[in-house]
Amino acid sequence: MTQRQLDPDKIDVILATDCGSTTTKAILIEKVDGHYRQTHRGEAPTTVEEPVADVTVGVTNAATEVGELAGRRLVDDNGEIIRPARGNEGCDIYISTSSAGGGLQILVTGVVEEMSAASAKRAALGAGAIVLDVISSNDRRRPHEQIQRIRELRPDMVVMAGGTDGGTKKHVVKIAELVAPAKPRPRFGGKYRMPVIYAGNQEAAALVANTFDESVTLSVVENVRPTLERENLEPARDCIHDLFLEHVMAHAPGYNRLMEWTDAPIMPTPGAVGNILRQIAERNGINAVGVDIGGATTDVFSVFDGVFNRTVSANLGMSYSISNVCAEAGMPSVLRWVHLDMDERELRNRVKNKMIRPTTIPQTLEALVFEQAVSREALRLAYLQHKEFATTLKGVQQQRTVGDTFSQLSSGQSIVNNMTLNLLVASGGVLSHAPRMEQTAAMMIDAFEPEGFTELAKDSIFMMPHLGVLAQVHPQAALEVFERDCLIYLGTCIAAKGRGRAGRPCFRYEIEGPSLREQGEMPVGEMKLFPLGPEDRAQVKIEPRRGFDVGAGSGRPVEKEVRGGTVGLILDTRGRPLILPDDRSECRQAVATWTQTLGLYNS
Amino acid sequence: MGHAYTPGLQVSERTVYRARRTLPIPGEVLVNQGDRVQARDVVAQTDLPGDIFPLNLANQLSVMPGDIPQLMLKKEGDYISEGEVIAMTNGIFGMFRTPYHSRATGTIESVSGITGQVIVRGKPIPVQVRAYASGVVSEVLPGEGCVIESQATFVQGIFGVGGEAYGKVRVIASSPDEELEAEQITEELKGCIVIGGARIHGDAARRAIECGVAAVVSGGIDDQDLRDILGYDLGVAVTGTEQLGTTVIVTEGFGDIAMADRTFELLTSREGADAAVNGATQIRAGVQRPEILIPLNGDEGEAHGSAGAVAGVLEVGAPVRIIRDPYFGVLGTVADLPTQPQVLGSCSKARVLEVACASGERVTVPRANVELIAE
Repeated sequence: MTQRQLDPDKIDVILATDCGSTTTKAILIEKVDGHYRQTHRGEAPTTVEEPVADVTVGVTNAATEVGELAGRRLVDDNGEIIRPARGNEGCDIYISTSSAGGGLQILVTGVVEEMSAASAKRAALGAGAIVLDVISSNDRRRPHEQIQRIRELRPDMVVMAGGTDGGTKKHVVKIAELVAPAKPRPRFGGKYRMPVIYAGNQEAAALVANTFDESVTLSVVENVRPTLERENLEPARDCIHDLFLEHVMAHAPGYNRLMEWTDAPIMPTPGAVGNILRQIAERNGINAVGVDIGGATTDVFSVFDGVFNRTVSANLGMSYSISNVCAEAGMPSVLRWVHLDMDERELRNRVKNKMIRPTTIPQTLEALVFEQAVSREALRLAYLQHKEFATTLKGVQQQRTVGDTFSQLSSGQSIVNNMTLNLLVASGGVLSHAPRMEQTAAMMIDAFEPEGFTELAKDSIFMMPHLGVLAQVHPQAALEVFERDCLIYLGTCIAAKGRGRAGRPCFRYEIEGPSLREQGEMPVGEMKLFPLGPEDRAQVKIEPRRGFDVGAGSGRPVEKEVRGGTVGLILDTRGRPLILPDDRSECRQAVATWTQTLGLYNS
Repeated sequence: MGHAYTPGLQVSERTVYRARRTLPIPGEVLVNQGDRVQARDVVAQTDLPGDIFPLNLANQLSVMPGDIPQLMLKKEGDYISEGEVIAMTNGIFGMFRTPYHSRATGTIESVSGITGQVIVRGKPIPVQVRAYASGVVSEVLPGEGCVIESQATFVQGIFGVGGEAYGKVRVIASSPDEELEAEQITEELKGCIVIGGARIHGDAARRAIECGVAAVVSGGIDDQDLRDILGYDLGVAVTGTEQLGTTVIVTEGFGDIAMADRTFELLTSREGADAAVNGATQIRAGVQRPEILIPLNGDEGEAHGSAGAVAGVLEVGAPVRIIRDPYFGVLGTVADLPTQPQVLGSCSKARVLEVACASGERVTVPRANVELIAE
C-alpha cells in the first residue's frame, strides 16, 4: 500500500475493484458537477488460480475494460494503474476489496459456546471472515474429537476467547492446551507461522501464551467479553484486519503487488459491505438487512436498534454450493417455488453440472425460473441462520420486577424483528442480475418474509464493497455515491403478519398519492402490485382484521407514507409465516397466480 | 472484443507432466535428482505426530489442578502404556493413596498445573508419498519431497470421486456413446483402469467396486447414481478422500452424455498401458480437476506444452463444447463473436457467441456457457 497523503478536495477520479472468487469488478467514480457519481463499470475473470496465479492480472483486465468504456486510459504499458489523474488518463486513488481464494477463513475458540465463543465468532464475522468451526468447552465433542477437528482444518488464523476479565482461567487454558498440540496448519502452506489472536480473560493471557511454542504468532488484544453484560469486539476485529493483510493477503498469489498499488488497506469484501450498511443505518436511524448471495456463500448483514450483526452461510450459494442448497432444503422445497412442469431427475443433473461448471448462466426461461427458486431457498436458509445467531447477549442475568411476571423474555432472544425492519437490500448475482426488478423483489419477499411496511432496494451493480472501503478514505464520496447510484429502490412491501383461511378478508387499504389513488380489501392468500414510480410517494392506510398485524398490533390500523420504486407498491396477504400448499398442483397454481400478478416472467 | 479468455480442460497426447510430490510435514526424501522412478515407488516418507489424548487427572483423582505436577510418577517426554500408573495421590499419612492408570499409550507431552490435564501423544503415524508419475526426478525439495517430470498422455476429467489409483488401461466400450453397464464389468478387470463411453450406470460402478477395479472413467454419471454410490448427496465439489475402493472419473458431466470423441480415441490408443489416475476434484479456490496420466516410454517423440489448466483464447474457429442446457454437451467451433450483449431466452442480457455445431446447426449461446477444447 502506498503511503501517499491524500487531499480529499483534490480527488476527482476514483478507481475501485472488488476481487471476488470468480470475477473482479471495477468501478469508476468521477466528480460530475461537483458531486461524486459512479460512471462506469467493468469486469474480468479473477486470476488467483493457475495458470495465471496473480490477482493483479484480473485487476488490470477489469481496469482496462472500465477505462475503455470511460474513454480514460487507466493502465499503463507496464500493466500498472496510472496515478494521479491527468486529462483523460489515470485516477487519483485506487482502492480494493477481496474475497478471492475463499476469503478469510478463521477458527474460533471460546469457553462457553453461547457466550465467549459467540462473541469471538461475532468479531470474526464482523471482520469479514468465514468461521470454519467454533471449538468450546460445551460443544458436545470430546477433547480428542475437538483436537482431530482442529488438525483437519486449514484456517488462515485462530481467534481465541474465553472467560470474563478476572473470571475463569482454567477453562481458557484448557482450550489453549487443545489448540497448541493440534498445531493447526495454515491454508497457504507452511511458510508462515499461524496467527493466533487471544481476546479472552486478560489475566489468563500469560498462561495461554505459555502453552504455545514458536510455531504460532500470538497477538493478545482486549477481551471480546470483558463482562457478561458487555461485548467489546472492535480490538479483535482490528487485529483480524491487520493480520489479514500481514499474513494472509501477503501469501495469496499477486497480493503483495496489489497491496502496493492500493491507497487504502485491502478489506475483506464482506467487511466492507458491513461497514457501509452500518454507516447508512446509523445515519438514517433505521433498521436494515442486507444480503449478498454469491456463488459459494451467502452473507447476511443486519442493523437493528444500532446493533450490527453479520453471518456467512458458508455452503449456501448459487454455483459452487448450489447442490448443497438443494441437499439442505430438499428438492420439494425448491420446486414449490416453480410454476412450470419440470423433470426432477434432469434438474438434479443440471444442479450438479452447475456445481462443476460454476460460471455458466441460465440461457432459457425455464433455467432462470429454477435458479431463482433455488435462490429463494438459499436466502431463506441463510436468513434463518442469521436470526438464530443475531441475538441479545446470552448469559446476562435478567433483573425482573413484578411487572415482568408475564413477560418470559430470556437472554439470547433474536434481535432480528421483521416487523421493525425498514429497509431490505439485495445484492449478489442472482438478485442483481435478474432480468426484471420484479423478480428481485419477489425473491426477497418470499425468502425474507418482511412484515408490516418494508422498503426494498437492490445494490445496482454490487457496489457496496467498493463504497465500504472508500468510506475509510473518503466518506463524503462514499455516501454521495451510495445515495445517488448504489441503491435502486424497488418499492415498498406491505405484508400482514398472521394466518387465515384463503379468501377470507385480511385487510382494507387506502392509497393516496399524486400518481396513485386506490382503495379496497385484500383477501387472505393474495398479492397485489400497484405502480408507484421511483420518485413517487404515497400515503397508505391499512386496516387489518383481527388476527392480522401490520405494525401496530392485531387488528390495529396503520397509516404511513411509503416510497415507490422501479417495481412499485406490493401488498401481500399470503400470511406470515408464509406457508405454501402441500399439494403440488395446488401449490403450483398458487405460485402461478402470484407470478402472474407481479408480472415476473411475462414477455 | 474479438476474443475472450475461457478456461478449458486439457486432453493431450503428449505433454510434460510435472508432479510435485510433497509430505504434509517435513520428513525424509528417498530419491535423488535424476533418478528414474515408477508411479508406485515411495519417494518420501515421514511420521505424522500421533493422536492426542487429554487425560484430566485433577478430576479423576479429585485433587486441585495445581497439585498434579507433584503427584506425577512420570515426567514430560516419558513413554507410557495404557493401564500404567502415571500418578498417585498422597493419601492420608501415606495411606489410602489413589493411583491413576493411564487410559492411553504414548509419550507425555505436557502436564498442566493450571487445568490438571496431562496431554499424551500417541504413536507417530507413518506417511508415505508415492511417485504417482513414472519419470525422472527433476528437483528434490529437501525435507519436503520432490518434483517428477514425466512425458505422458494427459487427460483432465470434469469431476471425480476417490483418490489416486494405478493400473493398466482397459477400454471396454466400443464407442464413446456406449453406456457403461454392470454386465460389462468382469473379475478380470480387477486392478485395471476401465474406460467406458457415455454414462456410467450406478450398478456398473458398484460392480466395479465389488470386482476391485482400480478406476472407472466414463463420459457422464447420473446424480442419483452418484448419491447411491456415495451414500449421501454431495453438496460441494470437494472430493478425493472418499474410500470407495474404486476411483470414478467423468470427463463431461452429469446426465446421459457421451465422452468426447477425441478423449475416447486418445484413451483407446493407450490400451494396455500403465496409468495413474486421481479422482480428487476441488471446484473452489485452487481449482483441481480429476486426471488420467499415462506415461510414455520416452521414444514416442517430443512432448509439447505442459500439463495443467488451459488458458485459451476464444476466437473464431476455436473448438468449443457447450456446457449448459439447452445445448449441454454439444461440440462445435466458434462461428462469430458479436461485440454487443444480446437478450437471451431467459430475458437476461449477456455477451454471446455463435457456435457452428458438428451437426451443421448454428446456435447462439452466452460466452459463459462454453469451454474451449484444448489441444
